[in-house]
Amino acid sequence: MRNHLIRRLASLAVADKEIFLLTGDLGYGVVEEFEKEFPEQFLNSGVAEQAMMGIAAGLANSGYKPWVYSIANFPTFRCLEQIRNDVCYHNFDVTIVAIGSGFSYGALGYSHFGIEDIPVMRALPGMRVYSPANCLELDFVIDSCLKYRGPKYIRLDKGASSTSARVDNPSASTWSYKNVDNSRISIFATGTILNEAIKAAELLELQGVLVEVHSVPFVSSNALKIEMLQNKFVVTVEEHSLQGGLFSCVAEFVATNMLNTKVQGLGINPTKLQITGSQEYLRKMHEIDADAIHSLVCLKVN
Amino acid sequence: MQTIDIARLSRVRALQMVTLAKSAHIGSSLSCIDILSVLYSRINPNQSLDAQEHVVLVSKGHAAAGVYSVMSSVGLIPLHQISTYCVDGATLSGHVTAGPFIELSTGSLGHALPYAVGRALAAKRKGLKTQFYVLISDGECDEGSNWEAALIASHLGLDNIKVIIDRNFLQSLKSTEDTIRLEPLADKWKAFGWDVENLDGHDHKAIEAFLNANSTSPRIAIARTIKGYGVSFMENSVEWHYRSPNDSELNLAIKEIERNA
Repeated sequence: MRNHLIRRLASLAVADKEIFLLTGDLGYGVVEEFEKEFPEQFLNSGVAEQAMMGIAAGLANSGYKPWVYSIANFPTFRCLEQIRNDVCYHNFDVTIVAIGSGFSYGALGYSHFGIEDIPVMRALPGMRVYSPANCLELDFVIDSCLKYRGPKYIRLDKGASSTSARVDNPSASTWSYKNVDNSRISIFATGTILNEAIKAAELLELQGVLVEVHSVPFVSSNALKIEMLQNKFVVTVEEHSLQGGLFSCVAEFVATNMLNTKVQGLGINPTKLQITGSQEYLRKMHEIDADAIHSLVCLKVN
Repeated sequence: MQTIDIARLSRVRALQMVTLAKSAHIGSSLSCIDILSVLYSRINPNQSLDAQEHVVLVSKGHAAAGVYSVMSSVGLIPLHQISTYCVDGATLSGHVTAGPFIELSTGSLGHALPYAVGRALAAKRKGLKTQFYVLISDGECDEGSNWEAALIASHLGLDNIKVIIDRNFLQSLKSTEDTIRLEPLADKWKAFGWDVENLDGHDHKAIEAFLNANSTSPRIAIARTIKGYGVSFMENSVEWHYRSPNDSELNLAIKEIERNA
C-alpha cells in the first residue's frame, strides 16, 4: 500500500504544486521516484522526527500540503508534542502517514509495532484517523484527506492487501464487505486484519452461520451507523490494543446512542509484546486471526 | 518611537501585567524586551501576517508578558488588551498563544526553530524574500529538537533564518553552566554550520546590525543579556523566574526604570 500511496501522491503532485512529501529518512525503494520527479516538493529531514513535524507545520502555514512519511512509532510517538502543539493546535493541513500498522514489521520487534497509535491520535483536536484495509479504501482515504484542510493521520500496513470483495456505496467511512438480511451478528474490522474477518465469515458461512462484515477505514464514532449495530452481537477486530481503538469507538457509539448491542473486542495481548515473528504468526498468537474470530462467533451461536 | 523608548515603555507595562495577573516569568521577559522591541518594530501593523516581510517567532513562550507588552507598544495589539493578561476567559495566556500577529503558539521549548525551518524552506522554494527571526532562550539549547533543526537549517543553506539566543546564563533552577553546561556555545553553533556573532543583547544598534547583515548560511546571535534587566533587585535572580512583584515592589521597579530613562 505504501507504493500505491506514493505513486498516487506523485500523480497528484504534477498538477498540485502544494503537495509536499517529507520523510524521516525512511522509504527505501518507495520515495526515490517522487524525489527525482519533484525535488522542489520533497524533503528528507534525516532521522529527526521532532524537527520533521515542526517543519511540516511551517510548510503547512506557508501554503503547502505536507505529507509526512515514516514508520509506525516514528511520526507519531517520537514527535507527539510537535503533532499536538505545532500541527493540531494550529489546525494546520498536515497528513501523517505511518507505515507498518499493527505487526507489519512484526519480526523487527516491538519497537516497530504500530499498536497504540489510534487512541493517541484520535485524542488530538481536529485529527482525523484513517486505517484503510486495502488500496481501494486507501484511494478514498487519500481523496478525503485532500478535501479536509486540517490534521490527518493514516495508518498503513506495510504490504499490499488484496481484498477484492464487492462493496456497495464506497466512501471514506464504513464499508460493508458482507451484508446479510436480518443478521444478528456483525464483525467490524479496521486495517488489513479485515481479511481475517472475511475469512472467518466465509468459514462460518460453510456452517450455515451468516454474519455481516464491515470495514472502518475512518476510525471514528462518526463513521458508524445505528442500523449496523442495533440489536446485534458485534465483534470488533483490530491489529491494535483494545484500549482506545476500534473496540472503544464502537463501544462509545453504542453507549452514546443507547443501542441494544453486545460488543466483544479482539485485540492484541499486551503481555506478549516481547515475542517476535511474522505478521501472520503474531496475529495467530494474539488471537486476532480468522480462527480466533471464528471461534468467538461459534461460542456465541452455540 | 525609538526602539529604546519602546523597550522602556514595555518594561513598565510587562511589570504591571505580571503584578496584576500575579504571574511568573518577569525576569525572562525583562531579559529579552530589548531584543523583542527591535524585532517587533520590523512588523508592519497595517499588513496581514501573510504579507509581512519579517516574521518574528518567539520560542521562549514563557516570556509572554514581554511579547504582549512590546506588541502593545508598537501597536500590534490594542493597549487595553494587555490588562486581560492571564484573566479568566481572555486569550492572552501566560505562554505565547497564536492570535493577531502571532502565528505560532509556544510554551513548550524547542518548537519554534524547527517550525521556522519549514517556513524558511517554503519561502526559498516559493522565491519569497521573507526573513524569519527566532528568539530562543539559552536554557532551551538543552532541547534536542533545536539541534535537529540547526543541522537541517545549515544543510539546506537557509540564510533567511536569523536566531537570537537570549543568553542570560540562568535557567529554571540555577545557572545554565551548573545545570547542563552549554559553553563553548558559539563553537557548538559554528560546528553545526551557523554563522555566529556575539553581541550585547541590550544594545539595540548591535541587534539591528546583526539583523541587517547578509550571510550565506543561517545566522545566530548569542546575545549576552541580564535576566531581570532594568530592575536591580530582579537582576540575575532565579527567584524572579517565578515571583510576581507586590505593589510596593512594582512602584520601586517602575521608578528605577523611569529614573534611568
